[in-house]
Amino acid sequence: MTKVLVIAEHDGAALNPSTAKCVSCAKQLEGAEIDIAVFAASAAAVAAEAAQISGVGRVLTIEREENDPAVAAILAPQIAALASAYSHVFGPSTAFGKDVMPRVAALLDVNQISDIMSVEGPHVFKRPIYAGNAIVTVEAPAESPLVATVRTASYQAAEGGNSATIESTNIDAEIPTHTRFVEVQTGQSDRPDLQSAAKVVSGGRALGSEENFELIYKLADKLGAAIGSSRAAVDAGYVPPETQVGQTGQIIAPDLYIAIGISGAIQHITGIKDAGTIVAINKDEEAPIFEVSDIGLVGDLFSIVPELTNALD
Amino acid sequence: MEKILVGLKRVVDYNVRVQVKSDGSGVETDGVKMSINPFDEIALEEALRIKERGEASEVIVLSIGTAESQQQLRTGLAMGADRAILVETDASTDPLTAARIFQAIIERENVDLVILGKQAIDDDNSQTGQMLAAVWGRPQATFASAVSIDGNTARVTREVDIGLETIEIDLPAVITVDLRLNEPRYVKLPDIMKAKKKPLDQIPFADLGVETAPQIKTMKFEPPEGRQRGIMVEDVAGLVTALKDKGLV
Repeated sequence: MTKVLVIAEHDGAALNPSTAKCVSCAKQLEGAEIDIAVFAASAAAVAAEAAQISGVGRVLTIEREENDPAVAAILAPQIAALASAYSHVFGPSTAFGKDVMPRVAALLDVNQISDIMSVEGPHVFKRPIYAGNAIVTVEAPAESPLVATVRTASYQAAEGGNSATIESTNIDAEIPTHTRFVEVQTGQSDRPDLQSAAKVVSGGRALGSEENFELIYKLADKLGAAIGSSRAAVDAGYVPPETQVGQTGQIIAPDLYIAIGISGAIQHITGIKDAGTIVAINKDEEAPIFEVSDIGLVGDLFSIVPELTNALD
Repeated sequence: MEKILVGLKRVVDYNVRVQVKSDGSGVETDGVKMSINPFDEIALEEALRIKERGEASEVIVLSIGTAESQQQLRTGLAMGADRAILVETDASTDPLTAARIFQAIIERENVDLVILGKQAIDDDNSQTGQMLAAVWGRPQATFASAVSIDGNTARVTREVDIGLETIEIDLPAVITVDLRLNEPRYVKLPDIMKAKKKPLDQIPFADLGVETAPQIKTMKFEPPEGRQRGIMVEDVAGLVTALKDKGLV
């Protein structure tokens, strides 16, 4: 019997699209019964959203004050306790899922399968290693609980239209006090979220300064796009770290990705190879980004980008 | 605090473009340059800075693997670690077993803080630190971009998808580090000479009494599906036309 528990990612008010992508992955398991667990102080709004995801049987709400905001050391023992009724426990391979899921796996005495790209059987999956330079097919032991993170860029969000049962559950698990949330600082941006945006405009080191990134922002705003960047641009201090795309940043799959002044190191490419259309603008015609771009334009970004922004009126 | 333990994993160098073997049995590692996992270098740099501020008295580096990992441990000693431990095994070690090995060393050494890379750039698992924290029953602060120690607690800023999150953790604890935490120091020649005299203990895996975790088997390696090289356009007008043709603007 394949029973999958998907751990909801949310901010206390709204469900993150990564959750519906995990459900899409779970649906690839033949005959799977899928439940979503919402850990929160007050779960009603998030649970109502989760219940709409097609393919979901039940939404379990686990409400306690300590669950807001989410802290891995506090959630993990609760998830592990809930996991005993399931064959599979899935979370997204976002910062949230990468933090909490391995802690759950260790509490269940199993290794985790990180970054599922495709389901090949009830315990067989494909995943990337070496920054996506190799894809491995892995098999987890059938007799143990299977804990995994789902590579969200490999899946579309499952559709809505469902009305799954919402059940409140109590979990008997010891909650540690050794870890305390202090604060979170966000970019305070009105632009779309990088993970879920349909369009992303991304800038690299060639921008040369924080001020010059204004060119990227203007084009992004014209397109209604999210902002991305290369590691080099972040390391140089031009843009905040949460914009970084690649092996050690965010892995994304927008419909349109425009790479501006980004040479295209393999570590960056691995973050965008599931994008629908990749546009590259670079002054170096030998830049590796042109090997993976669908539309390439060689030239000076400082004249091309303003011209492009104007041309989109 | 007394002791900080840092993990150093021997991996294929960051600059090598890894190739899958034609028979799908693995990736080509013969004659390939090997280095310390770059995140682990950042972890060690942070431990050394904590010690240099007088907030810790000893930094120990630990590697798990064959005798060849001594190279990476010697580099760690040259960077400034006080001593090294190699847990020797020929098998490649999964994250949960690695966490259990760290736990065994923590118990022997009475460690106050463990600093690890947030992921190894070979298997890209990003599991060991979180698993160690679970096995040890202690706090975890993953993806750290700033660390400050205040007596028996640490304040850690973490890189998360929406920005920067700060948490406070009681020590002992596990911290895993992100790219922006610091810039590791370069090793100088005299330090390499001095490092040769620093202690490096080798412990056979079998002597630790650690149980190997259930294994996830790798059945096959294959190269990724490549993207096709697309068209080149001459100017902005050509780009706009191409985007319009695809219905993207």
